[in-house]
Amino acid sequence: MAKLIVLGGALILIGLICWWFFGHHVQQTGRATRTKTGQEATVVVNGGYSPATIVLKKGIPAKVNFEMHDSTACLSHVVVEQLGIDKDLTKQPVTTITVPTDQAKEFNYACGMNMFHGKIIVK
Amino acid sequence: MKLSNLTRFWIAFVLAIPMLVQMLAMPWHWAMPGYRIIAFLTTTVIMAVAALPYWKSAWAAFWHHEANMNTLVAVGTAVAYFYSVFALMTGRAVYFESAAFVTVFVLLGDAMEERMHNNASGALEKLFALQAKDATVLRQGKFVTVPLNQVKVGDQLRVEPGEKIPVDGVILTGTASINEATITGESIPVTKHPGDAVVGSTINTDSVITIRATKVGDQTMLAQIVTMVKRAQTSHAPIQKLTDRVAGIFVPAVLIAAIVTFTAWFVLGNVSAVRAMLFAVAVIVIACPCALGLATPTALMVGTTRAAKLGVLIKNGEALQAAAGIKTVVFDKTGTITTGKPVVTDVIGDHDHVLALAAALEQSSEHPLAAAIVTAATKAKVPVPASSHFKNYAGQGVTGTVNGHSVAVGQESLANQQLSPTLTAQQRTLRQAAKTVVVVSEDGKPCGLIAIQDTPKPDAAAAIAALKRQGITPVMLTGDNTQVAQAIAHQVGIDQVIAGVLPADKAMHVQALEQHGPVAFVGDGVNDAPALATATVGIAMGSGTDVALESGDIVLVHNDLTSVVRALDIATKTYRRIKLNLTGSLVYNVIGIPVAAGIFSGIGLQLSPAIAGLAMALSSVTVVGSSLLLNITPIVGDSRQSH
Repeated sequence: MAKLIVLGGALILIGLICWWFFGHHVQQTGRATRTKTGQEATVVVNGGYSPATIVLKKGIPAKVNFEMHDSTACLSHVVVEQLGIDKDLTKQPVTTITVPTDQAKEFNYACGMNMFHGKIIVK
Repeated sequence: MKLSNLTRFWIAFVLAIPMLVQMLAMPWHWAMPGYRIIAFLTTTVIMAVAALPYWKSAWAAFWHHEANMNTLVAVGTAVAYFYSVFALMTGRAVYFESAAFVTVFVLLGDAMEERMHNNASGALEKLFALQAKDATVLRQGKFVTVPLNQVKVGDQLRVEPGEKIPVDGVILTGTASINEATITGESIPVTKHPGDAVVGSTINTDSVITIRATKVGDQTMLAQIVTMVKRAQTSHAPIQKLTDRVAGIFVPAVLIAAIVTFTAWFVLGNVSAVRAMLFAVAVIVIACPCALGLATPTALMVGTTRAAKLGVLIKNGEALQAAAGIKTVVFDKTGTITTGKPVVTDVIGDHDHVLALAAALEQSSEHPLAAAIVTAATKAKVPVPASSHFKNYAGQGVTGTVNGHSVAVGQESLANQQLSPTLTAQQRTLRQAAKTVVVVSEDGKPCGLIAIQDTPKPDAAAAIAALKRQGITPVMLTGDNTQVAQAIAHQVGIDQVIAGVLPADKAMHVQALEQHGPVAFVGDGVNDAPALATATVGIAMGSGTDVALESGDIVLVHNDLTSVVRALDIATKTYRRIKLNLTGSLVYNVIGIPVAAGIFSGIGLQLSPAIAGLAMALSSVTVVGSSLLLNITPIVGDSRQSH
């Protein structure tokens, strides 16, 4: 009996894992707020990026702040391949990167090991 | 309070010592008095100090529908810890040490990895630190020392012997030997005269010079190199695509594997739930994909930085991977295999008179052959008369009046009369030796011949031989005629020559060669842009320090052919290292997971969760260490060992 319960439990658990991690889920999208000099958006780094997708307005100088709330090595770096940026987020609470907004473009960013991903969309 | 990983490691390590003692004493059946309580208390502190960050991060990730290495660490330690708390209260056997040791080892791995990562990326910072800190600038008629960032384009700077040249510029006064090792990797100083370009961060070895700043700030050569290397470091190699795809599903897959392990042992293996759980925890802990994730970026980082120090700038991981698989290298002839500076080799007829007439006309011309004639006249100390009525016939030559006589220099067709039989014979002999022959005629009558030849670079033959040894086929592609091309090819040891190619058709020939395998094209960045872009890998060669960094997939700062061998060598070695790292970490997981799952426990091979944690930590450290080894791998033509 105990074995049957374990077997059933295991199957349910596996099903839940598949649904939770592989299923399609809506991602939150963040918008930038206007400042005196341009626009700014903040990404909270804690077990991932929230919001993972940031939308910036084209033609307005933009800064993206990464606010570090995670103290494990996994998310310690943020890498924007297209911009040649590789920043250590652990040195200060908030790390700011400048994103060119002169043309509509998508920039992908990721952690140092390319396990976590996010996107900055300029449009 | 923010603790570094290293501090956390030490706290956790010290607290784990009692459990370590107990574990070691176990075979002698010695039990620490009050062990269960001690283990509970120390492990609880370890969890709070060291494991909690992983739990928090994993929890946050979970709500993003993401799972990563932290998830595995968190699940592994949490299961072991909370089960042990439950076991303690209900009087069963406890496994606090599993939770504690896994945490200690994971932290050790993280801390070491962080350190080595900083080491690897620190090399780039060092490259930037090569800049001078301040400069001596002419301000209001006096030379004053100002911080580097106050130097503006157009400023006049003075550089003393032994000083670093602060910014890119042109020499105004003075002649000096400049050590350009920081940029080109070549430690033999180069002599520079007024009008020559100098590069910031190179060292003036012997005399005072003044320069005019042409590029400052992020426009300087060094700054651009650093930017380029930074980009290369954050880029991806195509080989990573597989691991990126695997990484996305890896962690949930491991969680499923752990559940399967538990169920299989419990349901089919007839072991206790506790033993089944230990197997499952070991699976979770050993499978952390850190090594896999670190395999490519760390090797790319070390490899591209090492290359940059040797004057080889690799644009990105894609270029690096492509360069590693090159089978054919196509060389442009002029300026790439040869020096690009033709010299006069023979003068037929009245030597001084012929040379004087030719030089008189050619000093007004801008043709490369003209420069050779003028240089030869200067060298032979032949007085060069003035000329008038200068006329340039494109592709044929020049005419004009010298000392009242009409003079033509160029093809025979410019002369009114035919060549004498002697001159014709000599012309044939010279042409057979692959020399370009110009006819000099005075008042319509040919009076002499001048033979001009572009000579191979001193290291060309050796470099071609080195490529051949590596199984790479060298090919020469040139717009010159077959005879000239064959002669040069023969001198340097190239067997395959494609001659008489129009500049616009070079790309087409490269494409044709690509049918048989990946092709690298080596040429200068200015004229050969289409061929550079068409080739699997475009290798742009700069003349010394005047180089267009955007022109190729790989840019050679140093203008010799050994650099080509070196570039391919370092690309191949870095790529091999990436493959080795990836294979190593895949094999580690492929072997590690089944062992941890207890598949081989029948033959006595099984891992406790704690040992699995150690294996995981060691695998990450091994991969980073392996990448750092690229710093001391021997590379063709690198006599220095970088650190």
